[in-house]
Amino acid sequence: MPRMRARNLWVKVLFYGGLATVAVVLLVVFSGVAVGGFDQRAGKPIPQPVPFSHALHAGEMGISCRYCHAAVERASYAGLPPTETCMTCHSQVRAQSPLLAPVRESWEKGTPLEWNRVVEVPDFVYFNHSIHVAKGVGCATCHGPVHQMPVLYQAKSFEMRFCLDCHQAPEKYLRPREEVFNMNYQPPAEQLELGRRLVEAHGVNQANLTDCSVCHR
Amino acid sequence: MEHKPAAGDSALIQGEHTYETLSNKLAAVVEKPPPRAWWPVFLIGGLGAALLLYAILVTFIRGLGTWGINIPVGWGFDIVHFVWWIGIGHAGTLISAILVLMRQDWRDSLNRLTEVMTLFAVLCAALYPLIHMGRAQNMYWIFPYPNSLGIWPQFKSPLTWDVLAIMTYLTISTLFLYLGLIPDLALLRERAQSRFTRILYGVLSLGWTGSATHWHRYRAAYVLLAGLATPVVISVHSVVSLDFAYGVIPGWHITVFPPFFASGAIYSGFAMALTLIIPLRKWYRLEDVVTNRHLDWMAKVMLASGLGVAYIYLLEIFIAWYSGEPFEIRQQLWRFSGPYAPYYWAMMFINVGVLQLMWFPRFRHNLWVLFIVSIVANVGMWLERFVIVIISLSRDYLPSSAHLYHPTWVDWSLYLGTLGFFLFGIALFIRFFPPIAVAEMLHLLHKLRFHRHEKEGGTIPYRDGQDPHTPR
Repeated sequence: MPRMRARNLWVKVLFYGGLATVAVVLLVVFSGVAVGGFDQRAGKPIPQPVPFSHALHAGEMGISCRYCHAAVERASYAGLPPTETCMTCHSQVRAQSPLLAPVRESWEKGTPLEWNRVVEVPDFVYFNHSIHVAKGVGCATCHGPVHQMPVLYQAKSFEMRFCLDCHQAPEKYLRPREEVFNMNYQPPAEQLELGRRLVEAHGVNQANLTDCSVCHR
Repeated sequence: MEHKPAAGDSALIQGEHTYETLSNKLAAVVEKPPPRAWWPVFLIGGLGAALLLYAILVTFIRGLGTWGINIPVGWGFDIVHFVWWIGIGHAGTLISAILVLMRQDWRDSLNRLTEVMTLFAVLCAALYPLIHMGRAQNMYWIFPYPNSLGIWPQFKSPLTWDVLAIMTYLTISTLFLYLGLIPDLALLRERAQSRFTRILYGVLSLGWTGSATHWHRYRAAYVLLAGLATPVVISVHSVVSLDFAYGVIPGWHITVFPPFFASGAIYSGFAMALTLIIPLRKWYRLEDVVTNRHLDWMAKVMLASGLGVAYIYLLEIFIAWYSGEPFEIRQQLWRFSGPYAPYYWAMMFINVGVLQLMWFPRFRHNLWVLFIVSIVANVGMWLERFVIVIISLSRDYLPSSAHLYHPTWVDWSLYLGTLGFFLFGIALFIRFFPPIAVAEMLHLLHKLRFHRHEKEGGTIPYRDGQDPHTPR
């Protein structure tokens, strides 16, 4: 009965193939290798109305983050610069550059530039820049090497596990306060020891750092 | 294999049967057109299933506000019916798993139907927590899988255990049902008249040829599954009960809840099995294989487990008094005399009072009494879940938070809908698959008519002087 055999072979291939597929899917899901693999935003450059380069301004020229994002030490929102901030330099420097036409237009009309949002956390997350800066979390820890980005992109995918990684063990990431805005800071070899001292010195309240209500209010 | 007194056992299959007549009779349920009574059940069930779909749609589109739930009664009819259906499923697992390990031959004609009952009851039950979440599309959040949130479900919560318990239950009862079906599917394949049925049963029977190797593996797998399923009979409803017992609500926070729920589950499960089997055996003329002895045994199991439930009702009152806890005592008084008192006393009347009829053989042997008691018992178990879930929640600690619960038409439609879906599913199942396990029954016939005499020694005096192997 060769026909019967052939049919049985097909049934077996289907059966064991299906079984193997299910096993592989379960393995992939429960091993966690695919977690975060579907994030759409991280690493994707967002086009802007003005081709502003952080690599030029923050990197080559070394302008401090706070020159433009002035509210970062006092407010939950780091703040975007008003056109006036751009014009402090660009009324003199490259004042006729065609690339800067939208800036001049905004300056003349008094309407703000409409930047496209790059870094985003969901609406149900309460994030405050000032507390993180005050406790010694460096800009680059979350935003990545902004001083090397000609076009800005979100460096890390801001999933909850990203936040929890630090909230569960802040000593892994904290810096001395004076290094927060240093884009070229390299953590020392004894980071954990330094971090533990900084947790103490900056008064980080670790007891409630992983409470739901710290971020979800 | 050891035998109980032969007279009792041989009565398990009545009438003069050979293998051929018995398998013809049992396969006829599927092969012949259904009896007239099948159509109304099928249609009413179908309408109910449609109503269920409509109520689910309303719930999804307009939200949980269409239900009667409020604060503090956040668990309303949805949880009442979840617990009710899960309980009903338990008879199937008990009959298929525990009784097979105990080598109770009388289960052979009951296990298929009760396993089907279990499957559809668990499906009905599983529906409620899903829609109760409000955002059913996110139901996978309750599973413990590595995720981008970096957190796990709360493993200390019985609600998490509940998910695993129900999933295990669904898996095991489906596997059990399917494994038992395989020889029967092969039988139907061989007997199939049309190409469609031959392909349908052929694919489903997974290449079963009935060889000795197949039977050997089948038996091993069956007993292994029975061993795995046995703890499930006790554990599933115990875990469900912990959903309540872990809460600090007066009336819930009692350590006796797991055995309370487990015995209630077996009680309601056997009651539902009787409700289904009594009409089924009449309509399909299966009195030969589902004898009055079977029904008598089921009624006895119902009585035994029901007495456990009744005992704990009385114990609850005692515990409330003995605890000296003012809120527990107030909760008991609220049940006795609050606005929901009729529900409480109806529950007591049925599950403590009506149940006692089952002591008397006269009532156990009267099909009408048995049928009505079996229906009333499930009304009683419904009332019990109403008492536990809704009466307890409607009044907890603060008098200011007390609030009564008024179910809406959506709540009622969901309930009637699952009843319809249950009937619809079972009606469809017995249209395509035999509701009595043919292979098990042939095996039983072989044991009863063949090996009994062999044991007694000498030649084999067949009951009617004829070898059951030869067709008439």
